[in-house]
Amino acid sequence: MNEDDVDRIDRNRRHFLTVATVVTGAVGAGFAAIPFLSSLQPSARAQALGAPVEVPIGSLQPGEMIRVMWRGRLVFVLRRDEGMLARLQESLDDLRDPNSEVVEQQPDYAANETRSVKPEFLVVEGSCTHLGCAPLEDFEVRPSENWGGGFFCPCHGSKFDLAGRVSKGVPAPTNLRVPPHRFVRDDLILIGQDTGAA
Amino acid sequence: MARIEAEVGKPQGGLMKWIDDRFPFTETMRQHITEYYAAKNFNWWYVFGVLAMVVLVIQLVTGVFLTMNYKPSADEAFASVEYIMRDVEWGWLIRYMHSTGASFFFIVVYLHMFRAMLYGSYKKPRELIWIIGMLIFFVLMAEGFAGYLLPWGQMSYWGAQVIISLFGAIPGIGDALVEFIRGDYSISDITLNRFFALHVIVLPLALIGLIFVHIVALHHVGSNNPDGIEIKEHKGPDGIPLDGVPFHPHHTTKDLVGIIVFLMLFTSVVFFAPEMGGMFLEHANFEPANMTATPEHIAPVWYYTPYYAILRAVPSKLWGFILFAIAVVLPVFLPWLDRARVRSIRYRGWMYKTALTIFVISFVALGYLGLQEATDAYVMAARFFAVLYFMFFLLMPYYTAIDKTKPVPDRVKYHE
Repeated sequence: MNEDDVDRIDRNRRHFLTVATVVTGAVGAGFAAIPFLSSLQPSARAQALGAPVEVPIGSLQPGEMIRVMWRGRLVFVLRRDEGMLARLQESLDDLRDPNSEVVEQQPDYAANETRSVKPEFLVVEGSCTHLGCAPLEDFEVRPSENWGGGFFCPCHGSKFDLAGRVSKGVPAPTNLRVPPHRFVRDDLILIGQDTGAA
Repeated sequence: MARIEAEVGKPQGGLMKWIDDRFPFTETMRQHITEYYAAKNFNWWYVFGVLAMVVLVIQLVTGVFLTMNYKPSADEAFASVEYIMRDVEWGWLIRYMHSTGASFFFIVVYLHMFRAMLYGSYKKPRELIWIIGMLIFFVLMAEGFAGYLLPWGQMSYWGAQVIISLFGAIPGIGDALVEFIRGDYSISDITLNRFFALHVIVLPLALIGLIFVHIVALHHVGSNNPDGIEIKEHKGPDGIPLDGVPFHPHHTTKDLVGIIVFLMLFTSVVFFAPEMGGMFLEHANFEPANMTATPEHIAPVWYYTPYYAILRAVPSKLWGFILFAIAVVLPVFLPWLDRARVRSIRYRGWMYKTALTIFVISFVALGYLGLQEATDAYVMAARFFAVLYFMFFLLMPYYTAIDKTKPVPDRVKYHE
């Protein structure tokens, strides 16, 4: 290559081609990444296994709770007795979100005083909103400890009341999540689906 | 004679020359081993890098043999680990070596990092060695975490639940990110399977790659030493640093003694205390994973507990996560936080010595507190030590700048 040739190199053109090649390559790599990243999302089988579950509640007595699994997550179904329902109105000042104003934590139809479709039946995910441990139920009322019954997380001490509402001053930021659900019959709840909800 | 040989195509210099013409074998050996000059005043703190390599080899070898009997499926994982422990010939030994190796990896790496803090090995021109080292530490944390899920015990499951949930604290994308990591709506067979892939392929490959780069960078700038001075500044007429000795045979021979002592300790734990009273293998993990019941007391394995204590000390999910992440990442910035003109603790003033002592006490205290239940008193203590931990780093630009340092000698010295 002689000096004349060097002078004739169009550096702008070279720079443009370099940038264009890099950009095209990056876009291609981006598209090629899609199948790999998508394969990490819940598969068709995982989604199918995450289908709604039916929970018969005919034999559930007031004050009793059952645990069911939906999408591999623990769900508590608690039939609250009258005393429990009455206590939901007490000491609202100790709660971080007494009126269920954080919209992601429950469907609209459960954003009420009892956080439920029917006042008696509480359906909440048994997964602490802090770091996902399973809270333990403790329905014994102990006024000396300012405890009106509810759920207690053994991992980091978060407390929730009988409507799954979180106390102030604990690590959990929000109320326990109410999963989408509806009453198919009076004695049968469908968890995971709420179209045509009550 | 030589000419005749050349004509008939006979090799000159034998096999070694034949190889060296095609691959820089002798040159590489010289550059990195037999003619790599490291300071002659290395003390025992300098053995932990080699020990980390020894543990890496132990983990790779035992890990490969474990995969030959382990089944990464939610239905079979727990039983396959029990099978390895009971029915596979010597399976118990291989598994205990691997589980003990995990803890020893962190012991060795923490001491290796502390050595860098003692002698200012992260300071210019070794900033990149330190940053690559921190990346190795992060990958190692991920490797240990992914590996802990594999036995599919109670602590595997709930520990993973807690740590993966951490990412849910990120505003906006948190929930979607958590689902993406798990590949399911909860930690399931799918999560276990991908953690297995990460643990045996992705992260070990990343680890080996980073260690390679770590050593290339180290050999490019040369090792630091307990006096924190550049031995390259005083070379003899032959161009060899006057205070340097070849890595092999001098340091390798010394390292061999360290390796023997290390293996004595390592095998003692493997044979006599593989669970280490619940520290290396937690008691709750001898029960299969149960999605409906969290163990009464959840604590990560000891090597994560200093950071876990910080996480727990914050009464807010998002800020807990942020401070936890900062605590892990903060040491990366040491080369720029440290303004001292000297590297080694030998020539630093009382301020840095005091700060480093407080840092060590806080780190150990946080590690202890992270293992305990989160009672009010312990949480308060964790807050206190967390503040000290952060202060060590955040105030460093001030106290290292005003700290009164001693004059540094030109050549390395032997102390004590």
